[in-house]
Amino acid sequence: MYEYDEFDADFVNQRALQFGRQVESRLSGKLSEDQFRPIRLMNGLYLQLHAYMLRVNVPYGCLNSAQMRKLAHIARVYDKDYGHLTTRQNMQFNWIKLSDMPEILLELASVEMHGIQSSGNCIRNITADEYAGVAAEEIEDPRVYCELLRQWSSLHPEFSFLPRKFKIAVTGSEKDRAVVKAHDIGLRLHRNENGEEGFEVFVGGGLGRTPFIGKSIRAFLPTEHVLSYCEAILRVYNQLGRRDNKYKARIKILVHEMGSEAFSELVEKEWAEIKQGALALPQAEIERVREFFAPPAYEALPEEDPDFEAQRKAEPGFALWARQQLAAHKRAGYAIVNVSCSPVGKPPGDISSAQMEGFADLADTYNFGEMRVTHNQNLVLTDVRKRDLFDLWKKLVALGLATANHGLIGDTICCPGLDYCALATARSIPLAEKISERFADPERQAEIGEIYLNMSGCINACGHHHVGNIGIVGVDKKNTELYQLMLGGSAEEDASLGKILGPGFDEDGIVDAVETVINIYIDMREPNEKFIETYRRLGPEPFKDRLYGAPA
Amino acid sequence: MQQVVIANRLTDGVVVFLGRNRCWVESLDDCPPTEQTDEASALLALGVKAEEEQEIVGPDLIEVASHQGTLVPVKMREAMRARGPSTRTDLGKQAGN
Repeated sequence: MYEYDEFDADFVNQRALQFGRQVESRLSGKLSEDQFRPIRLMNGLYLQLHAYMLRVNVPYGCLNSAQMRKLAHIARVYDKDYGHLTTRQNMQFNWIKLSDMPEILLELASVEMHGIQSSGNCIRNITADEYAGVAAEEIEDPRVYCELLRQWSSLHPEFSFLPRKFKIAVTGSEKDRAVVKAHDIGLRLHRNENGEEGFEVFVGGGLGRTPFIGKSIRAFLPTEHVLSYCEAILRVYNQLGRRDNKYKARIKILVHEMGSEAFSELVEKEWAEIKQGALALPQAEIERVREFFAPPAYEALPEEDPDFEAQRKAEPGFALWARQQLAAHKRAGYAIVNVSCSPVGKPPGDISSAQMEGFADLADTYNFGEMRVTHNQNLVLTDVRKRDLFDLWKKLVALGLATANHGLIGDTICCPGLDYCALATARSIPLAEKISERFADPERQAEIGEIYLNMSGCINACGHHHVGNIGIVGVDKKNTELYQLMLGGSAEEDASLGKILGPGFDEDGIVDAVETVINIYIDMREPNEKFIETYRRLGPEPFKDRLYGAPA
Repeated sequence: MQQVVIANRLTDGVVVFLGRNRCWVESLDDCPPTEQTDEASALLALGVKAEEEQEIVGPDLIEVASHQGTLVPVKMREAMRARGPSTRTDLGKQAGN
């Protein structure tokens, strides 16, 4: 993974020291809250319902074991012994003291971490496919471009005060695990008819109160132009994006209102001016960054491991886990391991200090000391030898990290909701817990098959409810939580937005409603048909009719 | 309508209420509510002053009601702040930590 050079290290250290002085100024009264708020947000520090909340960037979801141990240390010493994995592949802490922040930032800087640009109207943490570099079907490793984008966007003087926050995601596979079409900019690496690598560029995607699927504004962008093209997009947005109304300030509104073709013309015009300038990437620079992501020292192994096969036959729990949690690796004899942080009846994405430390040890033992955070609030070990899987599984069981629900109904995306968040209008975590309990039986989950259930505690949609196959959004109706059900969303390459089915339900009613939807799907599906496919074939009517009664 | 002033303490963000003797306290139990509009405005003004003096952040008047002999906020959001996360009853004021 990328390692800081002297410039990076000095910048992050200086920034930690600077924020330390700003905290002192705040505590002594030299800065008012109004003056301090934008400064603390620029460093990832929010004030939530119960305390300050610190969001720590995990660049495109990549962590090493030393960093994970440091996050565990921060959770134990400065927080309440746990952290929370976010949908931008970051980790946040819910109980931070302002007076501890100077120390915490220096601790983070010591392992090349920080919270800079994890909040505020700037370019946020770049996200990527969690299988980057190892997926069997991958075209090219997106991390190289994520890192170049990270360096370009860090403290970019022109883009530090955008009309609104700005999110970029990159994928290098046909299969989209990075939700690129729900981002301000989504980049999809692919090959053109001449076999050259480049990006398809999507803009104006996003969720929140006005959701849109991103529009493709360029089918093929040569990789060396990725920075200049993004700069052109940001320039057009920065000049024309609305600043008079927070709710209409995202690029998606601009693209929607002016039309993607008109927007694209402006971008191309701007790009023509700058494409041969300082941002054009020399191949040598791309190769220099690529070296940071060179494959680890893989062994030459046969694809199948006889012990692994025998262990699966002997141990049903292991077989179940292996069936659900493993993905195909590009190297023979290796597997990608999905590690669920959504255990039955527990908050999705929460991980204790002990689990973080135990997981860091497993990364050292089995995975070249590295790991990934996913936007689904889980973890991934990317490079595990098949012959190590049984030992790894036993240790994950001991850590409470061996739930076998990857891509199933128990593996929900869920925002913190009204249990923590100052913006939320309803709780979301208790619902996720109840739904995972209702569908706790692994055989039942397996019978239901691949399905994505996403939920948010308000219309801001941090829980990505619009792109869940089943989406739930909580609202406040006369001081009572009410949950609306939507169906038909997809976060993948066939991205779509779910549609609200009808009137909302109370907390128990929504869990029953989800079960009804699932039962209808099971009754009406064709052989091997996924939930989203059945929904697209049938439309909402059968679900509506059963939940609300057929129209007279 | 009974009201109290709620805020977050500046140094650690902990939720506090304007209690007796104009002290900021961590529990609603130590916080007599007012039913007088004038008094509520005066209490909020104290909150604004305390914010200017770097004691607290975000003072706000909230409605409270007596429930089984205990004072609780009427709005769910403020009830959550007064208690702690419903999903982690081992944390926050409800757990005394």
